[in-house]
Amino acid sequence: MSIKHSADQAPEQKKGSLLGWLDRRYPIVSTWNEHVGEYYAPKNFNFWYFFGSLALLVLVNQFITGIWLTMSYKPSAAEAFNSIEYIMRDVEWGWLIRYMHSTGASAFFIVIYLHMLRGLLYGSYKEPRELVWLLGMFLFLVLMAEAFMGYLLPWGQMSYWGAQVIISLFGAIPVVGPDLALWVRGDFVISDATLNRFFALHVIALPLVLLILVFMHIVALHKVGSNNPDGIEIKKYKNEAGLPIDGIPFHPYYSVKDSMGAVFFMVLFAFVVFYWPEGGGYFLEPPNFEPADPLKTPAHIAPVWYFTPFYAILRAVPDKFLGVVAMGGAIAVLFAMPWLDRCKVKSIRYRGASYKILLTMFVVSFVVLGYLGTQPATPELTKLAQLFTALYFGFFFLLPFTSVLEKTKPVPERVK
Amino acid sequence: MSTKVHKSKGVDIQRRKILTGATGVVGAAGATFLAVPFVSSWQPSEKAKAAGAPVDVDISQLQPGQMLTVSWRGKPVWVVRRTPEMLEKLPILDAQLRDPASQQSEQPVYCQNETRAINPEYLVVVGICTHLGCAPLYRPAIGSPDVGADWQGGFFCPCHGSRFDLAGRVFQSVPAPTNLEIPPHHFMTEHLIRIGEDPQKEGVA
Repeated sequence: MSIKHSADQAPEQKKGSLLGWLDRRYPIVSTWNEHVGEYYAPKNFNFWYFFGSLALLVLVNQFITGIWLTMSYKPSAAEAFNSIEYIMRDVEWGWLIRYMHSTGASAFFIVIYLHMLRGLLYGSYKEPRELVWLLGMFLFLVLMAEAFMGYLLPWGQMSYWGAQVIISLFGAIPVVGPDLALWVRGDFVISDATLNRFFALHVIALPLVLLILVFMHIVALHKVGSNNPDGIEIKKYKNEAGLPIDGIPFHPYYSVKDSMGAVFFMVLFAFVVFYWPEGGGYFLEPPNFEPADPLKTPAHIAPVWYFTPFYAILRAVPDKFLGVVAMGGAIAVLFAMPWLDRCKVKSIRYRGASYKILLTMFVVSFVVLGYLGTQPATPELTKLAQLFTALYFGFFFLLPFTSVLEKTKPVPERVK
Repeated sequence: MSTKVHKSKGVDIQRRKILTGATGVVGAAGATFLAVPFVSSWQPSEKAKAAGAPVDVDISQLQPGQMLTVSWRGKPVWVVRRTPEMLEKLPILDAQLRDPASQQSEQPVYCQNETRAINPEYLVVVGICTHLGCAPLYRPAIGSPDVGADWQGGFFCPCHGSRFDLAGRVFQSVPAPTNLEIPPHHFMTEHLIRIGEDPQKEGVA
């Protein structure tokens, strides 16, 4: 709901009111109206539109539980593993706060992956929302760095060897690679120096970047307006007051809808935290319950589930440098989506069969690669990973051609 | 709009441009110098650099076919006592290897030979996969199904499936690019190996 009396219109009316006093000194009313009270969103949002606000909710969860964890955690190679055990056993409610944080990390990626898929389904990356998509992709990148650095902190076997593998990726870059890996580690092997700096980046530097990017992501979105499942621009049809006819104010309509989604999500989240915090070995991997041993790699190492699709691509390429290039490329190519997809129609509802087939192929490849990344690298599974890596990239390679030739259905003028 | 118009309004754009340029150049130079301590602070500290002292390994208890692991500079270093049968198989594998003569691989000159060792019986090698730094597993048994039916014994990296023979030489079509690294080492006595130091030539290090 918008706040009607704004400071510029009738300042006298509000003499004596606290809001009036504040608003004359800080743009409370106009900011509220622009981003909440009078932010008009299309009236046809569906289930897929929960995930943006849920991502914010999980971010808040990570911030609060994270701050509490730093109060008992020790970022040193000698003490880190034991301090986690201390949190789990001796700190009052420490186990709950830690499980909320570790489960929150997985929940974050579930929500973000679905949020990104929503964008692919309804063409939310297309003009005029290219920048919203790009900022979102940067958020995804920083989130991956944040999750990776956080995973080193418990200083378990998987923490240690996971970090060893990922930092060695830098070593594959020609010429500067080995020095770069040394610089990132701050030692000849992963050590106390690495742990300590990852802690600093995980709790200060990257959260700050995340916060700034989230702010910019939302500002960019509110400038161009939200897309919707029909892919129709609601700003085309406005009433006498200049408001989109097919739009409804974010508050109270979507604030209430998102709150319901948030509560439903939190119920599910609580079930996982209480009854399934290790997520079957996918949220917290078994080797991480052993302290880091620099002399012995666990028999089977795999990253946490949200990295496994990219990890499977890395392993599929039988060349060190090209493997790293393929893995980086798998993420980088997503940035180019707004320009690779040349179809004018946004929503999959009105797009041709080729996009539906390609997107299905992409999603299936992503899921299968995710599964393969958790499995040992046997020759047969590596062959399979190579096939699905080709299909993954096939989506981006074919799209510029098929999207031009695509037979689309007529897009309705108005939201029904 | 000409400069004159601005001047008449009291704004001298030219003047602002020069000031902005000068400030920018000096500021950028300052920022570059200021970046040095921040970037360099991530380099290994003096303490980390000093922690590279050599290690002595007593191999008197090592049985033929056995391997022992020691820590040198925080890395695992393996000492494998190879049996005559193991050594016989090495030349047979040459055709399946990426770098059989160790020309692209890292080892001291005195180990760039067929067995990659000073004494062929003892292989001393850094136990870190040249792909992405995992510690491969010692798999001396012949024909293990998970590493290939024609497996002649060697090292297998569980992370990404790289395979090495019993001289640490990498097989073809695996992700690791080069053979396992051989560290500088020498025999102090028959049963004592010093890792991290080159052999002494007539009393000179």
